[in-house]
Amino acid sequence: MCSLEKRGNLFILTLTGKNVVHRLNPEVLSSIISALSRAKAESTRGSALVTVSHGKFFCNGFDLDWVNATGSKQEAQQRFDYSLDCLTQLVQAFISLPMPTVAAVNGHAAAAGVVIPLCHDYVVMRRDRGVLYVNDLEMGLKIPELYMAFFRAKTSGWALRDLVLRGLKIKGEELLKMGIVDAVYDGEEGVTNAGMKMADNLARRKWDGEVYAEIRKGLYSEFCGMLGIASKAIGTPKL
Amino acid sequence: MCSLEKRGNLFILILTGQNGEHRLNPNLFSSIISALSRAKAQPTRGSALVTVSHGKFFCNGFDLDWVNAAGSDEETQQRFNLLLDYLKQLVLAFISLPMPTIAAVNGHAAAGGIVLALCHDYVLMRRHRSVLYMIDLDLGIKIPEPFMALFRAKISGSARRDLLLRGLKIKGEEALKMGIVEAVYDGEEEVTNAGIKMADDLAKRNWHGEVYAEIRKGLYSELCDILGIASIPIATPKL
Repeated sequence: MCSLEKRGNLFILTLTGKNVVHRLNPEVLSSIISALSRAKAESTRGSALVTVSHGKFFCNGFDLDWVNATGSKQEAQQRFDYSLDCLTQLVQAFISLPMPTVAAVNGHAAAAGVVIPLCHDYVVMRRDRGVLYVNDLEMGLKIPELYMAFFRAKTSGWALRDLVLRGLKIKGEELLKMGIVDAVYDGEEGVTNAGMKMADNLARRKWDGEVYAEIRKGLYSEFCGMLGIASKAIGTPKL
Repeated sequence: MCSLEKRGNLFILILTGQNGEHRLNPNLFSSIISALSRAKAQPTRGSALVTVSHGKFFCNGFDLDWVNAAGSDEETQQRFNLLLDYLKQLVLAFISLPMPTIAAVNGHAAAGGIVLALCHDYVLMRRHRSVLYMIDLDLGIKIPEPFMALFRAKISGSARRDLLLRGLKIKGEEALKMGIVEAVYDGEEEVTNAGIKMADDLAKRNWHGEVYAEIRKGLYSELCDILGIASIPIATPKL
């Protein structure tokens, strides 16, 4: 599932489990959402969260074995829709988290799995291994409107086209050029340490977490609008 | 006017006519829109369309001679508005086309001609002997909202400002740096062949045309709202 560790001011969320491709089913999704609730409850000024994973995969999308292990096509569709709902709740939890977030992407992220690193404020990735692969077009699946809004918040123009409309398995260096990742590193240790260091540097800024989350929501205004996540009014401190 | 050629899975749309500037008037507009309908009517899985032109110009914008040959100021304005309506229909037709599209820009493109190029998924351009010139500002003509929305979807930041607000004649290399075009080539034959090759490579991906068009519309959400193009729900196939 996942584990949450506190190390000084850092929350370290590790994607774990026997399921080495870290596939998302409702159980895994709810375990991550729980971890984020715990981080939120324990957060203080100067907290930050970094999400890490180990091995060949960061996250390979929905658990299609689980989705398809039902009696009928209708039930499979229901399980798929449910997985999508759980994912949406997770994205909301990340977007509302009152602290900076960094994803250290050690391996492949595909399909719905691409959403996980992208709902962090910063993404660092391996240069030598790992691709982001939005494969909906390849699978003959339309990307839901809500997730198009999500992708539109992260990138635009030719980069958005190349991310969703080209069936590409995109490596770190290219994602860097596209402005989708912030930096690339060699090796799993390299990217994991870089992610932690970045989170630590952000934590040291000692920002007001609530204000941070509210400003961040403004980067996802269309997405938040579609979900009905209103912006909160925050009392103006002494200027 | 234009001709539509089918070559295997490729549709090749050729801007033709004695009018070397391939200026957009009701005849050319109808002829292109008709050609796109014909392409759409055939089975579209594994198809692609490439638009090519020959000579000094790709498309030099509206046929202002036709506009100004009207009897009165009022009629002149009506003619101009008619061309704007046609251009909207053209954009709508391209954005809904159920296959990847490429524009091979062999020569100069201005105003409406740039809109024509940019409503393709990919734009290839000649390195020399070809400029993009949004002449509207220099002519004292405001750019209507739907086309502003198209530009906003395709280009951002200083590139967008430089294209629209600076009266620049932008050459291939610069357009490449600005993220407006995908690649540049030397010579009309080279850019045309590159367009055909790219179309062929994209066609070989064998994507579902309907899904492709729906994901593409997501790149132009603001424009689609303005043009009133709703998203079509597509049933989820076997997962």
